[in-house]
Amino acid sequence: MYLLNRAQRHTVNTTWMIISLLLVAFLPFLLFIGLYLKSVLLLHDYSLGDLIFSKIWKPSAGKFGFYPFIVGSIWVTVVAMMITAPVCLLTAIYVTQYTKKFFLRIMHPAIDILAGIPSVVYGLWGILVIVPFISRYLGPWLGVKTMGYSILAASFVLSIMIIPFVLNILIEIFRSIPTELKEAALSLGATQWQTIKHVLVKKALPGIIAAFGFGLARAFGETMAVLMVVGNVVRLPKSVFDPGYTLPALIANNYGEMLSIPKYDSALMFAALLLLAVSLFFNLVMHFFIVRYNKY
Amino acid sequence: MDQDTKIEIRDLNVFAGKTQILKNVNIEIPKNKITVILGPSGCGKTTLLKCLNRLTDLYPELKVSGRIMIDDNNILEAKEDIYKLRQQMGLLSQRPYPLPMTIYNNIAYALKLRGIRNRRETHKLVMHYLQQANLWDEIRTRLREPASRLSIGQQQRLCLARGLAVNPEIILADEPTSALDPISSQFIEETFGRLRNDYTIVLVTHVLRQAKRIADNVVFMYLGEVIEQGSVEEVFGNPKMEKTKLYLGGTFN
Repeated sequence: MYLLNRAQRHTVNTTWMIISLLLVAFLPFLLFIGLYLKSVLLLHDYSLGDLIFSKIWKPSAGKFGFYPFIVGSIWVTVVAMMITAPVCLLTAIYVTQYTKKFFLRIMHPAIDILAGIPSVVYGLWGILVIVPFISRYLGPWLGVKTMGYSILAASFVLSIMIIPFVLNILIEIFRSIPTELKEAALSLGATQWQTIKHVLVKKALPGIIAAFGFGLARAFGETMAVLMVVGNVVRLPKSVFDPGYTLPALIANNYGEMLSIPKYDSALMFAALLLLAVSLFFNLVMHFFIVRYNKY
Repeated sequence: MDQDTKIEIRDLNVFAGKTQILKNVNIEIPKNKITVILGPSGCGKTTLLKCLNRLTDLYPELKVSGRIMIDDNNILEAKEDIYKLRQQMGLLSQRPYPLPMTIYNNIAYALKLRGIRNRRETHKLVMHYLQQANLWDEIRTRLREPASRLSIGQQQRLCLARGLAVNPEIILADEPTSALDPISSQFIEETFGRLRNDYTIVLVTHVLRQAKRIADNVVFMYLGEVIEQGSVEEVFGNPKMEKTKLYLGGTFN
């Protein structure tokens, strides 16, 4: 026997669902408010433009310029995506269109294992393999002087971290395209490559953009692995072989030791706020493209 | 090969692993007539159609043996120009699958694959094929809209126009009206009626009345075997085999 009758239980259940929904819907909003309130101290003393575009970071002297961190984050993310995007797209096309089905059955667990490795492990691997590779081989080979800890190293490690996530989504997207659409294009006399290029990729485009956007957001927010190989030097990088510093690394590196310096606390909160704002911006742009290409 | 025969299928066997989907199929399909392949679901009709334009190549698990002669050319052995070969046949599937492009480009893409790049000619032909498929009047102002915005019946006629645009001699249709409403179905059937003198049409269906309405020739298949074939009068009027009689009588399906 129930305490309540069916109609009452319906009301209670619906209420819970609405509460959960509101919680999820307002969480980002609450985050924003919280971070804003914490960083308002900094915003009170400096203008937003100053904070974002000033290049000098000397907390002890009261100079908080976030420009190097923003640029560092963008460099690392963009270069990582430049590696990730083509690799994932081509791999997804290859395993869904060219190989036999059993190959995908082997690939899937391998991809899942990659996705489950903690980011510290990727960071360590970056220090042990990628950093020396860049400083000893790639740099000298290209005639660049580099210590290895660089934007490129971070991008490399990042791209390997996000490839499994993006690849998994892309494989699902390509698998969900009906075979009949492929058959339709082939029946018109298109070659397999023409079918992929003109029909399948076009059909999958909203999904592809969403997958890349997801990868981008992950790459932008990734902290540990990047922090370990990016060099953590507050300077505007001139090339991908220069070291840099990213927003998440800034927060993670300094949060424990900031209490002695005035406004340092606020500055790190502001960094988090920036991070959130940029992620939000990525999301909006991505959403715009998905809507734009979803009409087919 | 007979002068009037367009497609001649000899000893066609198709295996999927150990299951035999088509068993020793022998069919003659006359030129510029509508040949209806009739039979209950799962009897191998669709596989047969896929053999004709070599879409079976997409499924490595299918083993195809035998001969399919189209104009004295065994297409199962054709290795080099399978794309040209497929362009001899327009395909209409069970549900319409418009390409992810505009209505106009759905046809223009087929034309491009055929080698037509001249804009004025493309323009003229897009209109021509949409008229042939009985669609032009409804959509002439909507050519730049995505094809997916059309109703499903209109999409199917668009797919027919697209199939015609590769300039085929044969039209392969796989239960093309099964997902459509009666009016749209009628549109498609009427279009087939008009095209029958210029194209060899192979239509797969399980709808008896449709077969009766538009067929010149009927092939009755059951469980991967051809039970009976002949003109529509012969098969419907005077079926020789017991299974055909039962199917036509509606006793099993």
